[in-house]
Amino acid sequence: MSQLPVIKRDDVVNMRIWRGDASGGSFVDYKIPMSETQTVLDAVTWVQRNVEPGLSYRFACRVGMCGSCAMMVNGRPRWTCRTHVSKVIKNHQIKLEPLRNLPVIKDLVCDLSDFFAKWLKANGRFVPTETRERPVKKISPLSKQRQAANTAIECINCAICYAACDAVEQNPNYLGPAALNRAWTLMNDVRDGGKPERLRAVTGDGGCQCCHSQHGCASHCPNELNPARSIAGLKQAAVTAIFKGEV
Amino acid sequence: MSGLGLYLAQRISAMVMIPLVLTHLGVMIYAVRGGLDTAEILSRTQGSLFWGSLYGLFVITASIHAAIGLRVIAYEWLKLSGLGLNVFAVLVGLGLLALGGQAVYTVVLA
Repeated sequence: MSQLPVIKRDDVVNMRIWRGDASGGSFVDYKIPMSETQTVLDAVTWVQRNVEPGLSYRFACRVGMCGSCAMMVNGRPRWTCRTHVSKVIKNHQIKLEPLRNLPVIKDLVCDLSDFFAKWLKANGRFVPTETRERPVKKISPLSKQRQAANTAIECINCAICYAACDAVEQNPNYLGPAALNRAWTLMNDVRDGGKPERLRAVTGDGGCQCCHSQHGCASHCPNELNPARSIAGLKQAAVTAIFKGEV
Repeated sequence: MSGLGLYLAQRISAMVMIPLVLTHLGVMIYAVRGGLDTAEILSRTQGSLFWGSLYGLFVITASIHAAIGLRVIAYEWLKLSGLGLNVFAVLVGLGLLALGGQAVYTVVLA
């Protein structure tokens, strides 16, 4: 394991924070005091409370549950609440930008509308097949399909994978790793009744076939999910469906 | 942009090319190490249904595979789309088919 830089309580770090809006912007430097256990989110909050009250950024839970504090930290998408300054500091400097591949609203806040719209475009909604009057369906947690669904189900839609994806950057129509990962979860849910329509949705324009298998999503997911594997599953299901004449 | 049909065509053409590439490499190494000259190679390929079929199939699959792959690159990096994108891909495919076809014709039939 690599040695982390030793941070002294009196150290000062230069936070290079992108300031601007949809029409453009630039980096502004803020000098902030450091402490050993400080997260990048703590550092941004320090800037807003002490230097620049107009700085816009998002956070909610601060403990890696909600994903709303995701930003580009030194060029990589990260949850800032779960990223210690000591882990990412380089030459006494940290560079912060809004998430890649999403339109900027202001400063570190981006517009996630397209991201969630693609989730729906991929038929990410569960389609029930039972009514509340009927008994709950028994599903073995050991079944192959349930295990495949379980491995992908912990996504909290933080858009880290979407920001990490080069295919999204090059192809704005591409549904992206999060939406396709959600679709794969539902394709493995035996209670779901929307599989044929969903398979058509994820193989149409911007569908799973646009993934280049670069695994940027898997290497950046803070929950250690593997959307690339889910997308590979969708590709396999789609090819099988072609040969069965279902797509 | 790239439909599922194109995706499938590219994967199938890649699968077909795997044994063809390995065979081609083997033949190249054999010809070079065995010290075969042009006349000796042509004496083996001229009028050969086997070599004509093998390299004919190679040219067809390579043309399909490369045209689809370059279509994706043209869409993502050159921002071509719609009719222009498809015309580009068809021209690439036909160009490779013509070049490869001429080479096969020369080695096997001419």
